[in-house]
Amino acid sequence: MTWSATARGAHQPDNTAFTQQRLPAWQPLLSAGIALPLFFCAGLAFIGLGLGLYYSSNGIKELEYDYTGNPGTGNCSVCAQAGQGRAPPPSCSCAWCFALPELFQGPVYLYYELSNFYQNNRRYGVSRDDAQLSGLPSALHHPVNECAPYQLSAAGLPIAPCGAIANSLFNDSFSLWHQRQPGGPYVEVPLDRTGIAWWTDYHVKFRNPPLVNGSLALAFQGTAPPPNWPRPVYDLSSDPNNTGFINQDFVVWMRTAALPTFRKLYARIRQGNYSAGLPRGAYCVNIIYNYPVRAFGGHKRLIFSSISWMGGKNPFLGIAYLVVGSLCILTGFVMLVVYIRYQDQNDEDEDEQ
Amino acid sequence: NLIGATAVEDKLQDQAAETIEALHAAGLKVWVLTGDKMETAKSTCYACRLFQTNTELLELTTKTIEECERKEDRLHELLIEYCKKLRHEFPKGSRNLKKAWTEHQEYGLIIDGSTLSLILNSSQDSSSNNYKSVFLQICMKCTAVLCCRMAPLQKAQIVRMVKNLKGSPITLSIGDGANDVSMILESHVGIGIKGKEGRQAARNSDYSVPKFKHLKKLLLAHGHLYYVRIAHLVQYFFYKNLCFILPQFLYQFFCGFSQQPLYDAAYLTMYNICFTSLPILAYSLLEQHINIDALTSDPRLYMKISGNAMLQLGPFLYWTFLAAFEGTVFFFGTYFIFQTSSLEENAKVYGNWTFGTIVFTVLVFTVTLKLALDTRFWTWINHFVIWGSLAFYVFFSFFWGGIVWPFLKQQRMYFVFAQMLSSVSTWLAIILLIFISLFPEILLIVLKNVRRRSA
Repeated sequence: MTWSATARGAHQPDNTAFTQQRLPAWQPLLSAGIALPLFFCAGLAFIGLGLGLYYSSNGIKELEYDYTGNPGTGNCSVCAQAGQGRAPPPSCSCAWCFALPELFQGPVYLYYELSNFYQNNRRYGVSRDDAQLSGLPSALHHPVNECAPYQLSAAGLPIAPCGAIANSLFNDSFSLWHQRQPGGPYVEVPLDRTGIAWWTDYHVKFRNPPLVNGSLALAFQGTAPPPNWPRPVYDLSSDPNNTGFINQDFVVWMRTAALPTFRKLYARIRQGNYSAGLPRGAYCVNIIYNYPVRAFGGHKRLIFSSISWMGGKNPFLGIAYLVVGSLCILTGFVMLVVYIRYQDQNDEDEDEQ
Repeated sequence: NLIGATAVEDKLQDQAAETIEALHAAGLKVWVLTGDKMETAKSTCYACRLFQTNTELLELTTKTIEECERKEDRLHELLIEYCKKLRHEFPKGSRNLKKAWTEHQEYGLIIDGSTLSLILNSSQDSSSNNYKSVFLQICMKCTAVLCCRMAPLQKAQIVRMVKNLKGSPITLSIGDGANDVSMILESHVGIGIKGKEGRQAARNSDYSVPKFKHLKKLLLAHGHLYYVRIAHLVQYFFYKNLCFILPQFLYQFFCGFSQQPLYDAAYLTMYNICFTSLPILAYSLLEQHINIDALTSDPRLYMKISGNAMLQLGPFLYWTFLAAFEGTVFFFGTYFIFQTSSLEENAKVYGNWTFGTIVFTVLVFTVTLKLALDTRFWTWINHFVIWGSLAFYVFFSFFWGGIVWPFLKQQRMYFVFAQMLSSVSTWLAIILLIFISLFPEILLIVLKNVRRRSA
């Protein structure tokens, strides 16, 4: 058999490394000497991480209050009763008072939680017009069809902002009052309502339509607010940087939640004396109860929470890392025992031979 | 007066004996179907070591049958006698067809064309069926079968008969002449030798080789590798798609069964083609779980894949349960992480698209790393496609979420990926979920290799 590099036969296949399966390759063989130390290292690393996460999570404090107003659960039940069967429910306010025995380490954030509320429903989730919300004047007056039935008002005007998500905007409001000395006056704790939405949402994705004669109200002329809203969108707040489509409550609400029980950020407590946390004393939260959830069996909660480098209170990650780390080390030990046993057996066999 | 004598020597092909020994060692049964007469064929078989010196030969030829008057009776006698002998040696129900033949007393069967037609085309009485089944039982228990004086159609008949045996064995025929064409066409795999007898056999074959000895590498190396690659490809495709869809399915229980997709449309479209197709393509072209030289030199390795071993119920269930386990880990891992106010240091809250993106990121990394764990032959191409696919996924996610795309109706992925990665908890969660998902696989690999001494 002679090979000639120049005289190739007509049907002779390519003789390259790729076509003849001769590519150089690394063929790893996992031996016990590599695997066992790796297992132990990984196990130790995971246990370390798990401990860090767990203790960090334990250090986070949370204070929760369910103010749905089911009968017999505090004075918000009065509001719940008053609102039953009436749409829109009449404005009502109730209060939640609590006492902090010691400093609630800050910075403290205030969340509201809704349960049994499916913001992740498919038909609900497509009921929005992102072009309108980015401030395009043409979209402002011609909302997309997906927004139906919240696309045109009863009078035939286009709804701004259109869609079911916007229409169901959460409209309870809270104010926090602090009594420094027992029997003393209640001082309002300043709640920072800015900085609660994603930076890119607030600055890029949501934009107000261009002002007309310097007025936002004129920019929205010819549109109607969504049916459930008491005020039009340009009146959501008195702060011109926080009204219209860029109102941060609205932006936070438009980021649809993943699960039926979800929390959304309401306010940051970080001004003045309260930047380090909530000092001890008596507090009252004044709740303006507007949002009706009892009709679908939902609950409303208020949560004060501190936040750490890992976010809110969540023991799951710490515990999971601890469990996996221990599993690794356990497996490592089992392997080690099997390996030593097998070595002894091998040595015995060799001796016998 | 004898003036002279001429003799023609037809040499055996190069390394024919080694090839046949290798095929025997690999657990294959080798039958020789030839048109030559019995004496020639028998000595050829001895020469190529199909029959060893200690092989006991059972003959069903015209020579042994024509001694008596009634051929059928003599045939019947012989068949019963042989069958009894073999049944004694190989008790029924022993599934040791896979073991090397050298452990038992070896038997070889010699049959010629006319006896075969007697067996197959006997008169219409009820005993004729009996002949065929007895004959087949004998055949199954012989290491080697030599059929001489075969007409081309009888060769095809034999192949058809073997194909219909219990267990439906896969048949391969190899031949070089025009009289082998019908047999090549009939068997599952037909191989033609492009030789001195013309091109008929090669033209009608599935594969053609220049010499008989090439059969060894073709089967033991290339056949083995192709099987492993394709079987793994099939299992991997079902696995990665089950991993992909199960979280979506589980999510329906949490979104009111409203068919809300968990992943963004771009991810749904690109998962199978752009993120996870190139690694398995490279694997199925290049993988050598045992390298070619080792496969060629140790034929017993071929028995590892006999009986379609990698696609049986056992392996399939393993892959399915692994995928189900991983899909559940992806979804519920992310679900439990979301049972908190916020995952970020700035207390801001994630939405459903971030949830889906976390699940999808863990998914893409897990299925690709699973393939990386399975790959035992890392060429530069494997490195490029595996790490490249992961890099492409990250790059695409940044790119897709980096701009407000004008042609999209909804800007739902805008900045989601970047925001997701700005949280330490999310990074830790992703690493943890990938590790938990791959843990069973890693465990199995380490278990298999724990007995190996340090390299």
